[in-house]
Amino acid sequence: MKKIYLDHNATTPLHPEVLEAMLPYFKEKFGNASSIYGFGRDAKVALEDAREKTAEIIGASSSEIFFTSGGTESDNLAIKGTAFANRKKGKHIITSKIEHHAILESCKFLEKEGFEVTYLPVDSQGKVDPEDLRKAIRDDTTLVSIMYANNEVGIIQPIEKLCKIAREKGVYFHTDAVQAVGKIPIEVQKLDVDMLSMSGHKIYGPKGVGAIFIRKGLRITPWSHGGHHERSRRAGTENIAGIVGFTKALELVDKEREDQNKHLKNLTQAFYRKLVESIPDVILHGDLNRRIPNTLNLSFKGVEGESVILSLDMKGVAVASGSACTSGTLEPSHVLSAMGVAPEIAQGAIRFSFGRDNTMEDVEYVASVLPEIVQRLRSMSPIYAKKEQN
Amino acid sequence: MYSAKVMEHFQNPRNVGEIEDADGVGEIGNPVCGDIMKLYIKVKDNRIVDAKFKTFGCGAAIATSSMVTELVKGKTLREAEKISRNTVAEALDGLPPIKMHCSNLAADALRKAIEDYKKKRN
Repeated sequence: MKKIYLDHNATTPLHPEVLEAMLPYFKEKFGNASSIYGFGRDAKVALEDAREKTAEIIGASSSEIFFTSGGTESDNLAIKGTAFANRKKGKHIITSKIEHHAILESCKFLEKEGFEVTYLPVDSQGKVDPEDLRKAIRDDTTLVSIMYANNEVGIIQPIEKLCKIAREKGVYFHTDAVQAVGKIPIEVQKLDVDMLSMSGHKIYGPKGVGAIFIRKGLRITPWSHGGHHERSRRAGTENIAGIVGFTKALELVDKEREDQNKHLKNLTQAFYRKLVESIPDVILHGDLNRRIPNTLNLSFKGVEGESVILSLDMKGVAVASGSACTSGTLEPSHVLSAMGVAPEIAQGAIRFSFGRDNTMEDVEYVASVLPEIVQRLRSMSPIYAKKEQN
Repeated sequence: MYSAKVMEHFQNPRNVGEIEDADGVGEIGNPVCGDIMKLYIKVKDNRIVDAKFKTFGCGAAIATSSMVTELVKGKTLREAEKISRNTVAEALDGLPPIKMHCSNLAADALRKAIEDYKKKRN
């Protein structure tokens, strides 16, 4: 059976060159970067080389790059670390309703610790209004965190504008760029952000490794205590193989970005066109033009998401859903809900996220199997009226 | 995560559709939790002679709907009333824990359809 992977926003396969780059650090170069003898020095050189390369790609200085275990840890450090370090100045934080759970749950934790959090709304296209941010900033606000590109719908936020507002008011600005890296050029100076989270496994790198850019001089409380690793911001023996892999992956997606974006845009647009032609009542979530090029989030009216996932899985196609059933909660996607999407439509949302190995043949195959799946499920649906069916 | 039997019923659900002149109809669920089910029964001499369903929902919701229509056909109303969520789940070789709560509505829909039938008769 054909196997087509269309869930690259969940995770990506390792790029072969990334694996090549990592292998020596599992074998002969296994040393601990804190050791002063040769094995340790080799590891240390690899670590600092990775730090410099990462810094160069995003326009930071190497002392502003901190390696972590991934996007979630980077987000946790940014939110909780900044909130705690600056709590004498104030205990108010601003974020948006459509953030990744790593941000939202960190904020909820802070609320329990006596902090106050404002969750900015988004419009029907998923965009945060900079004016809403301006109005939400108070004297006791210490941090604003708004994601760069959304993992579910792919919407890109006006980070530069948002950041400018925070900067004017003297408030730190963090962005979760996990889904943006590799698709949007990341320039921390131009964006003027204070912190930026990245993840390895979303960019054809390994799982369990990521990084955070923390601007020089920013006050942040470490969240993991132990040795003096990562300039005392993050204790724990460095995952050298992972860090080398992360950096290699970052280099590759940065180098191939323009070609890949063109490729991905071609695929998603052709896919969307084909579906709209062959399936009635397809609902697209989020602005088609303000999104990362690989992501499409669609609902097929009258059909629930998990049943589409299962049906596609039987055809060898892997996709994700915004339905409650697949998230382990009873609520539909918080992102789509924030965009004002009705619950029964949100329950049917399917996220197609393409990647570098997908081809137009994949697009044709998935577009050819979907109409029948949707038709079958609609014929069973009590909320898709007969008159709506062809 | 699903048993082979659940997947089989999801792929080939029995008794999908509506009964135009149904003697009882049971509707349950809501769009927020993601499952909506409508169950139709035809009753003759206190016995359920036909059952059909329409379901908006996940794999478990569709499979439990299908299974309940199978279980109920030919049963007397009293026998049918004894069909519980557990009966349906067991007949499908079990359901994942979270689905026991949110997507195992078929037995409830059946009870509502029987109530509806009784109400109409009185």
